Formats: sequence, C-alpha cells, structure tokens
Amino acid sequence: MSSINYSDKIPNNVNLSEDRALQRALEQWQPNYLAWWNDMGPEGSQDFDVYLRTAVSVDPQGWAQFGHVKMPDYRWGIFLNPAEHDRKIHFGDHKGEAAWQDVPGEHRANLRRIIVTQGDTEPASVEQQRHLGLTCPSQYDLRNLFQVNVEEGRHLWAMVYLLHKYFGRDGREEGEALLERRSGQQDNPRILQAFNEPTPDWLSFFMFTYFTDRDGKFQLCALAESSFDPLARTTKFMLTEEAHHMFVGESGISRVIQRTCAAMNQLRTDDPRTLREAGVIDLPTIQRYLNFHFSVTIDLFGADESSNAATFYSSGLKGRYEEGKRNDDHTLHGQTYRVLGVKEGKLVEREVPMLNALNEVLRDDYIRDSIGGVERWNRVIEKAGIAFRLRAPHKAFHRNIGSLAGIRVSPEGQVVSQAEWNANVDNWLPSTGDRAFVASLMGRVVEPGRFANWIAPPALGINRQAADFEYIRFN
Amino acid sequence: MTDNARVDYQTEPAAYRHWRLSFEGPVATLTADFDENAGLRPGYKLKLNSYDLGVDIELHDAVNRIRFEHPEVRTVVLTSAKDKIFCSGANIYMLGVSSHAWKVNFCKFTNETRNGLEDSSAHSGLKFLAAVNGACAGGGYELALACDEILLVDDRGSAVSLPEVPLLGVLPGTGGLTRLTDKRHVRHDLADIFCTTSEGVRGQKAKDWRLVDEIARPAQFAARVKERALELAQSSDRPADAPGVALKPINRRIEADALHYTHVSVTIDRAQRAATFTVRAPQGVQPGAIADILAAGADWYPLALARELDDAILSMRTNELDIGLWLMKTSGDAGAVLAMDQTLLAHREHWLVRETIGLLRRTLSRIDVSSRSLFALIEPGSCFAGTFLELALACDRTYQLALPDEPGRAPTIVLGEANDGLYPMATGQSRLQRRFYDEAEAMAAARALIGTPLDADAAFKAGLVTSNPDDIDWADETRLAMEERAAMSPDALTGLEANLRFNGPENMSTRVFGRLTAWQNWIFQRPNAVGEKGALKIYGKGVKAAFDWNRV
Repeated sequence: MSSINYSDKIPNNVNLSEDRALQRALEQWQPNYLAWWNDMGPEGSQDFDVYLRTAVSVDPQGWAQFGHVKMPDYRWGIFLNPAEHDRKIHFGDHKGEAAWQDVPGEHRANLRRIIVTQGDTEPASVEQQRHLGLTCPSQYDLRNLFQVNVEEGRHLWAMVYLLHKYFGRDGREEGEALLERRSGQQDNPRILQAFNEPTPDWLSFFMFTYFTDRDGKFQLCALAESSFDPLARTTKFMLTEEAHHMFVGESGISRVIQRTCAAMNQLRTDDPRTLREAGVIDLPTIQRYLNFHFSVTIDLFGADESSNAATFYSSGLKGRYEEGKRNDDHTLHGQTYRVLGVKEGKLVEREVPMLNALNEVLRDDYIRDSIGGVERWNRVIEKAGIAFRLRAPHKAFHRNIGSLAGIRVSPEGQVVSQAEWNANVDNWLPSTGDRAFVASLMGRVVEPGRFANWIAPPALGINRQAADFEYIRFN
Repeated sequence: MTDNARVDYQTEPAAYRHWRLSFEGPVATLTADFDENAGLRPGYKLKLNSYDLGVDIELHDAVNRIRFEHPEVRTVVLTSAKDKIFCSGANIYMLGVSSHAWKVNFCKFTNETRNGLEDSSAHSGLKFLAAVNGACAGGGYELALACDEILLVDDRGSAVSLPEVPLLGVLPGTGGLTRLTDKRHVRHDLADIFCTTSEGVRGQKAKDWRLVDEIARPAQFAARVKERALELAQSSDRPADAPGVALKPINRRIEADALHYTHVSVTIDRAQRAATFTVRAPQGVQPGAIADILAAGADWYPLALARELDDAILSMRTNELDIGLWLMKTSGDAGAVLAMDQTLLAHREHWLVRETIGLLRRTLSRIDVSSRSLFALIEPGSCFAGTFLELALACDRTYQLALPDEPGRAPTIVLGEANDGLYPMATGQSRLQRRFYDEAEAMAAARALIGTPLDADAAFKAGLVTSNPDDIDWADETRLAMEERAAMSPDALTGLEANLRFNGPENMSTRVFGRLTAWQNWIFQRPNAVGEKGALKIYGKGVKAAFDWNRV
C-alpha cells in the first residue's frame, strides 16, 4: 500500500504527508474500510457514476465540489475546522484553561467512549439504508441517498482519524471494531439500538434523516464545544455536512406532503382509503411515522438523570448545545432543571441537579429545533388549503429510556392504561398495515426527470441542475 | 441514611422484589431484576441492577431455599432480566449516603453470601454458573467471580469490569481482587490494567486474560448456558428425585431488648453494652433415622437451630451496633447435644444432613468474623459439648465455673468428634486446630479427651478454657473482665480480635475478609473516598474528586 500517495488521494488539512500516525492508520485501516463499503455500502451501486459533492477543503468553496464519481473512489477526506488561536475551555471545571491538544490520560476512557459511540452511528446508518437504492422514487432522490451515505462514510473517517491519532493501540482496535459491527445483526450489533432498526422504506428514510440525523447534529454541536480541541474542530466541520442530511429529510417529507395534498384536492377527499388507492400516503399515516421516529430519536439522548452526563460536562468533554451563546456560569453547580416523571398515574415535573439533567437539556433543545420543521410541513398543508396539522407527539410518548421508560402515554400527553394503549396503538404508531402499504408504493423510478407517484419533484435541482439532469450514470 | 429501622434478614420468594427464582430439572435460575424503587433505605434508586443489602438478603434466602427446598438442583445459573445489563454492583449512591458501619456490615454480609456459594460448591455439590448477559461491573463481576464458571455474552458491548479504583477511589470490596489472583490466576500486570480501566474488558480478550471462562455470541448464548449448566450438573452428587424440606418461617419474637427463638435467645443489657446468647439443647426424643429427619423437616433440631442462630447473629450485627460484647451461654443436656452430633455424623453423606452441617458451618463462621468481643460463660446447667462447644471455642475468651464444693453441680464441657473437623473455619482448620496451632502433641492430647466430661480445672489444664474461677471469684472475675472490655476502643478491639482469631493458615476466604478489613475499610475511611470532595462522595454529581496526593 505504501506506493499510494495518500496525501493526494485523501483530501485533508491535517498535514497528512508528515503525520506518521495517520499514515499508519490509513495503510492499515483504509483497505478494510473499502472492503466494508463494498460489503455493506449501497447495494449494487459500486459501478454507478454518481453526481456527488466532495469536500476538498474547509473553506466555503472547498467543501462543495460537484462531479460524477464512482462511490468506492470517493475521496473521503479528513478535515478539521481551522484551529482557533489560543482557544480556552469555556465550560465545566476546567473553564479558563487552555483547550487540550492531546487527550488527557484522566479522560481517555470517557473520550474514547464518546467518539466510538458517535463513530458507530455513521457506518450503522449506511448499513440501515443499503437496500433503499432498489426502490428509489427518482434519480434525484437516489443521488441524495448516496450523498448522505458517502458523507456518513466521511464522518466515520473523521472519528477513526481521532481514534488513530490520539488513542494509540486501543484506538486502532476500536477503529477496526467500527468496521466489524453490523446494524441489526443479533450477534454483532451496532452500539445504539435505534441504529439496529431497519430503514425499510423511503418515508422512513426521510423521517430518519430529518429526526435521527438531527440527533446527530445536536450530539455533534455538544461535542463541538469540547475541551479536546481536535474533537471540537472535527465535529464543527461534520456539522456542515449534517445540514444537508436534514435538508434531504425535511424536503423529502415536504414533497410527500405536497403530493398527498395535491391528490386530496384533486379527489376532494381526506379519506385515507381513497387516497391510498390513488397511490399517495395519507396524512394520518405520515403523522404515525412522525410519532415513531420522533419518539425513538429522543430516546437517543439518554436517561433524564445521568451521572455520565454530569461527568462529561464538568470534565469538559461535552458541552451543551450552543454553549458559547448561553449566559450563565457554564459550570452549573447548584443549579437545577425540571424533568418529567410519573407519580400516581400522572405526569409530574421534578427538580433535579442541572448537571445530572444535561441529557434532558439537550433533548429539550432538540425538541424545540425539530418542531420547527414540523411547522414548515404544516405550511405546505395550509398552502394547499387543507385543515390538518401534523404535531410532534408529547415528550413522554412511547419512551424506552429514563424515568418515562415503559410508561404508557398518548401522543397528547395523557397517561393511559395498557388496555387504552393497546386499543389505540395503531392510531398512534405505524401499524403492520401502514408499513405494508408504504412498502407497496416503493418501486424503482430512475428515468431522468421522472418521479414516483407518491412524491412531488423538488423545487430546485442539486447544484441548480435542470429537472432531467442525469445524476446517476448506471453504466 | 437512617440506620435505625430494624433490618430483617428473613424473607421468602413470594416477597422478593429483586430476584426471580425458577427451576428446570437439575438447574435453578436466579434472575436479577432489581426493582429500582425498592431500596432498603430511602435516598437512592437501584438502577441498572445495582444492589443494596435488601437485594443480598434475598440472594442469601434464595440460595438457602435451593439448598434445602430443591435438593434436585445441581447447578444454579445467575443471570439478569435487564437488557444489556447483568449487574452493576453495589449501588454507589447507597454507599455514598451510608455510615461507615453500614458499609462494613453490608460488605461483610455480601462477602459471606459469596463465600457461601463457593462453600456449597466445595462441600455440597451445588455448582454456580454466572450467565453474564450484559454489562457486569464491580460487585456484579465479584458475584460472577464467586461462581464456579463465568460465561460472558460476546455482543461486542458487554464487558466485565472492576471500576472501583478509577471511578470511585475505593477497592472492589467483595473479594474481587483476591479472586482475580487467587482463584482465576489472572496475571498481576493484566489485573493491574483491568482494575484501572473503568470500561473493563470484553469478548475474546476477557477470555484470554482469564477474566471469564467462556464467551458466546448472543444467538448461541442461551443454548450454551443451558448446555454448560447441565454439564456442571453432572459433576454433582445431589440427589435427583429427593423431595425438599420447606423452609417455613422461623419462630421468632422480637422485643425491645431481646430476641426469642425456639432454641435460641438473645437478651441485651444496654447499660453493659452486652448481649447474652443462650442456645438450648434438643429436648425429648430426636429423630435418628433419615426418614424421621425428613419428616421433621425444618423443625429438625439442628436445622432449626442453625437458621435461628444465623438470624440472631445477623440481626445483632446489623441492628445493635453498640452492643460490643456477646456472651455465649448454653443450657440443657450435654448428652442430647452429643446424640445430635452422632446423628449428624452418621448421616453426613445424606443431602439434608450435609446441607444442615453446611448451614451450621457457615453460621459458626459468621461468629468468627463478627466484630464483637466474644466471651463464653460456662455455668451450671450448660451443655458445651460437641457442636455446642464450638460456640465456646469460637470465643475470644472462655470462663468455666469451678465448684470445688459441689462437684455434682459443677459444669463440664465435652469435646466431641464434631470438634475435630466437622465445622472448619474459613482457614480450613477446626477451631481446635486453631487453638493449638495444629501442633501434633496438643492435638493428640485433646483428641484423647474426646467424650470425657471436663470440669473447670480439667478443662483449664487441657487448655480448653481461658479461666476457671471458683464460685467465690466467679462474679467478680467475669464482671471485671466484661467491664474492662467494654471500656476499650471498639475499633482497636475489632482489629485485635480479628488478628488473634485468624492466626492459622491463610487461604482465599481469609484473604477476602482480611483484605476487606485492612485495606478497603481503611480506604473507606479516608478523605480521598469519603471526604467532602472524596471520589465516593461526589460520584455522579459531575464534581471532580480532590485527592490528597500524599502516599500513606
């Protein structure tokens, strides 16, 4: 492998050619990464020329270079945001000290765990989505799927870079393990359960990229505050790419809604059955998908009271969302936060130490942010003149972690009995029938400029390309 | 934490909040599903299968029920019902809010329970398999270490760990370090890495380092557990089809200053800070044949006695901290005690008799490690013979009344065969061997006295009692000894007594207790653990521990 000039092959701003640690990492890890991509990357796509955006540097011009490329030849680069001169730690007990350029031994285990957990989600989502190409609703959407996939791949590189460069042999072992785990494999699962669930159809994919990738955004935002400067700089750059994934999700759902509303107006009905017969996804089904993905995703923020969260913050490993913009003491000792629990069959708030509640703080920030997109979807419905509103379900609905785990709560936030839950669950979460119906719509549409019946075309092409642009050359 | 509500060691499966006990042929499964809202004291939640004394009281009860109620069981599988969590060990918040005395008593009992698993494996053919189906940390791993084998799920996530040092600034308090080295022969440098790596070790490496015996993928795990449990069962000689003996609730009446059982009484003299344990000999006709013993069931005298004495010791240890002196007395017919011993010895191979001897052995061992001064008072009407003489031999001092003018009333003691190895201490020695340092001459002399009633002078001459005051001196001599004792530092006495009681050979069990006493209890007291900014005190609050860096 040493004949390959990695500096040329891998766009980077980490002085790759002079970094022996990173060279060794690439020599050992890259072939395994490519083998993983060929095994677990998008099915049957290895020969396609795909119109992809490649980052070649971190400046605004540099990270959006477009061109057709075979995905295995994609130039997965390694980018850190430029170093901020004399950066100081701005929260936790080390506040005011210089940011760390190396991993302090004291925090090795926790930092490694944070990076591995984040890194594991990246290949996991590629695995979850690997069959979707076979049922794409258009070339445009297929290209977006692939773009998301290669960028998740790049995010894996980013995390593996940190593991190799800063964590020695343990880090290399963890880098290998990231390629060895498999989403949904009982014996060999990905770390977080949400990343072991299948992404069976495109409605799920759009929901996933809107809701679950937004969890990624919030985790990355919290890590972008880290006292460990290389982690902060890496995650800051990842955020620019994550934004595209959420765009894919938000615009995807928006286009599904737009198409459904058009059919509703055309047929003058809101009857789900009639609409389903017309081959579009009725709004109540979209609501149930929303309920599912929202609730599963907010579980990813972890338990509402967590000693790890407190430790991670105080030791400066992980900040809050937009830590720098908050006006408080950034140490949080003695402060409290209200979290939800259940007492005598009712949801009640209780005060807990703020430091222990930081998972909940991040979850609440996430909820506020994700509700914004739901409102934008409602504007599409409103614009079509239809009296229906999508709603994010109550925070306590369908939860499996923390004090709300297993409590039966309706999407409106009423505690219900198991019997009530059983009677209503098919109104609240996608039923087998819903999933079968959505699956039945999934057929492959790949002619340039054509779109599946259940989704509207986008307003604008990628990189302002025309509607019939050939995003993929199937060869 | 309020330590004042009485802790009760009696429970039954229907009342369990934390363990599920199920049976299939020769395999019993103990499933950990700790109820986080059912801690024994307020102020903490038993999250992630973390335990407190209440959880261990159930475990102790469950294992006893398997021993007695289910003789058909040959292998006990310990596993968890929680997703991806086997057991996270002792609840840290509970330790953080507990008094030092509570922590020590808790650790002592959990140690006894774990040693009890190994005791049953060694003596009764009951094998234990830890089916570690998720994260296994601290005391969770120490529980697994007390089993005969550890099978770890290899799901790429589940690790075994002893994170006490890096996370809490204390040591694994339930034999973890000792079993890593003495039992599992983990190389010391690898053990050093293991015990300072908070995330622990998983998968193949855990097996390579000898931290577990075997790993299995999730899909094969359940089948492999079953298979291995049945293989372990083959090495057991527990009976296949014998009916068990139901452990009905013990007969107990609790008063403010007394505990009353059928065969045992404890009375507390709060002014003297002393308690008198009186153990009464069997009365009337006792069963001698196995069929009659089985018919008597939990009422069979030695079994009932063992359960009552066990409860009394545990209760006094936990609930009466300032009662620093325990006086051991007996009453009844020495002949009845020796007859009981004959029955135990004659049928010692029978499973129920073997289990009963085991329960007596473990109960007597509890006395050895109790942090109380122990004096035996051998008075008229007593019956320190055979098994009952163990109560005196376990004591720090024994006083036997001499009645030169009334030889007919003078109390005697009788060495029996039971004193010659039926109830080994944790050291593996009998208390007689401990007493005479197993010196051949002294042991031969003592054995020659087996069966001979010895009055105070004879017993004193034989070195079997500490003192033989006559009736003129008795009251003063015993009173002064007790008052003198009561005035000394309880800490220094605890240390002194443990040093002198465990004077014989060391083995893994003694090291578990000795190291707990010497190291862990020292660390537990230090500001680096329990000071305002000690690691144990601030755990989970997001505050960094502040250490005094000076090595001591």
